Amino acid sequence: MTTDLVAAPHKRQAHGLKRAIERFPFLPALIILVALLVLNGVYQPRSVSFVGITGLVKTYLALMLLAVAQTYVIYAGDIDLSAGAIVSLVNVTIITAMTALGGDTGAVIAGLGIGLAVGLACGVVNGIVVAALRLQAIVATFATSIFFTGLALYVMPVAGTPAPTAFWRTYGGRILDIPFVLYAVIILAVLLVVLARTKLAVRLLSVGDDQQAAYQSGLPVTRIRLQGYALCGLFAALAAFCITGDTASGDPLVGGKMTLNSVAAVVLGGTALAGGFGTVTGSVIGALIIGLIGSLVFFVGTPSEWQNLVQGVAILMALMAGILVGRRARR
Amino acid sequence: MSTVEPTATKRFSFMDILKAPLLIAIALIIALLLLGEYLSPGFASGQQILRLLIVAALMGIVAAGQNLVILGGREGIDLSVGGVVSLAAIIAGNLMGGENSGIVLAILGCLAAGAIVGAINGIGVTLLRIPPLVMTLGMLGVLQGLLVVIRNGIPSGRAAPGLSQFVTQPVFLGLPGIIWLWIVIGLAMAFLLGRTMLGYRIYAIGSNEQAAFMAGMPVKTTRILLFVLSGMFAAIAGICLLGYTGSSFANVGEQYMLPSIIAVVFGGTALSGGKGGYTGTMAGATLLTVLQSILTTVNIDESGRQMVFGATLLLLMLFYGRGKALRA
Repeated sequence: MTTDLVAAPHKRQAHGLKRAIERFPFLPALIILVALLVLNGVYQPRSVSFVGITGLVKTYLALMLLAVAQTYVIYAGDIDLSAGAIVSLVNVTIITAMTALGGDTGAVIAGLGIGLAVGLACGVVNGIVVAALRLQAIVATFATSIFFTGLALYVMPVAGTPAPTAFWRTYGGRILDIPFVLYAVIILAVLLVVLARTKLAVRLLSVGDDQQAAYQSGLPVTRIRLQGYALCGLFAALAAFCITGDTASGDPLVGGKMTLNSVAAVVLGGTALAGGFGTVTGSVIGALIIGLIGSLVFFVGTPSEWQNLVQGVAILMALMAGILVGRRARR
Repeated sequence: MSTVEPTATKRFSFMDILKAPLLIAIALIIALLLLGEYLSPGFASGQQILRLLIVAALMGIVAAGQNLVILGGREGIDLSVGGVVSLAAIIAGNLMGGENSGIVLAILGCLAAGAIVGAINGIGVTLLRIPPLVMTLGMLGVLQGLLVVIRNGIPSGRAAPGLSQFVTQPVFLGLPGIIWLWIVIGLAMAFLLGRTMLGYRIYAIGSNEQAAFMAGMPVKTTRILLFVLSGMFAAIAGICLLGYTGSSFANVGEQYMLPSIIAVVFGGTALSGGKGGYTGTMAGATLLTVLQSILTTVNIDESGRQMVFGATLLLLMLFYGRGKALRA
């Protein structure tokens, strides 16, 4: 667009909020997050206590991870509508595998390995159809989502098989008196920082910024997009581990509803849907915003039948506000 | 202006009918019908084909609005159609309450609801410049919440006998009313896109918004109108769906959200906008319906059905609009 060309020389002179958002695109989301935390605290003081926050993280860690997964493909200007179906498939696969292997610690670890492999395989399939076969990402990943859901139904036709006790006890339990999920969050944070410093993250962003330019400067565009989808599959598998730990049972349709929420979380976090601009930190914050809006709607005493509507309107407002603020700052 | 793309000066002519994606879709429909007849004799009987066309018409009417929004370009897409279909079905059921006398009021009420939702989408997309995917995704969440509220307050309502008859029983020349309605919508869309100023504007905006704006076209108004029309088409489909099922149930419209986009793609319309038309989409909707129907006929598990469906969709997509290879 012409506006970009004109704006570029001035970028360096931008100051204050503009420069801050330029460097940290998730700032508007962070402000919304803090505001939501304060509001939650006002209406239900216990919700911002250590136990309250831990509970929130435990419930929404899966969405955070799926939002991160979605971010890597959106970086490159793609989208993955099968992310939720991958979660479902990994969920039923690991439970079936763990149960078949006996359900002890060794079986759990083996099951997790199998789950990562399944997630990776799904991601590679998506990468092949979108990047190598050049199908439209929206419709092609919808088609693969139907396929993955079919596979999940094949592995486990009806919901309800319980997860091995060793698995969900660990996820919901404590190590050295600190909840397990907090370790998971710290590991996730380190992982994200490391990944953000890799060549792949930069390459995904440059492909999303201008595919043609990336290609002409010698980047293997097809391979990079495929790697983005593979990474997405791996993180979707991690999301599946969390949801399995949280629900402690298998459900071949458990992730379906999460797909669109993961996209919303990414957008809430200030990442551009068109690609080329964004952060995974923002997506994590976006997932927490979705969770906090849900709990706030509950804490202010909204009648139960109105909760979904108020939540829907609040998320729409947050999406719009984030995009408007982010754009104003970047201009 | 001698280098204008042929699609930009599209005329409603016989040549339109020979567009390649349309031919592919029709050939595939015939092939699938033959396959269905082979797998389960009676699949391609007159009665069955009529039933298939009724289901296809429901999908096709939703896809009409989706088609317009996609043609308008700038990553145009409407994810809220599923919510509007559900909303219209419940509004219609309550406004008519099983009485023929309430049909007119129900139609007006649903069209108004669809238009309002579409207008909000359109305003968000144009005036606030929210990407269509985000705007309509957020709207979908709002509509799903609204449905919960409505459902808690009032019973789901029933279709008027007149409406059910219109949708399922032959009314003229042995064809049910909904198929006539679909034909009329098809002709109206071909006329709109090929013969009217609005149609030219849609293609112009979809292929080059900047140029259309420079040429003095009301870009924003036109795009808002496209979203309004999308909401209204989804509302019409919701009313017909109520007539087809008799009473509405939760999230009945969700099954149309992404498939309506696939129907448009199978009809040869590019998701990037500015290229394509509705005639192909009608064939695309029929193709999708026949495919789904075959899979319910053959005796396999739900899991196998879904896997075959997903894989077939991918295979069919290879025929349509693959992206250009990158070249230096």
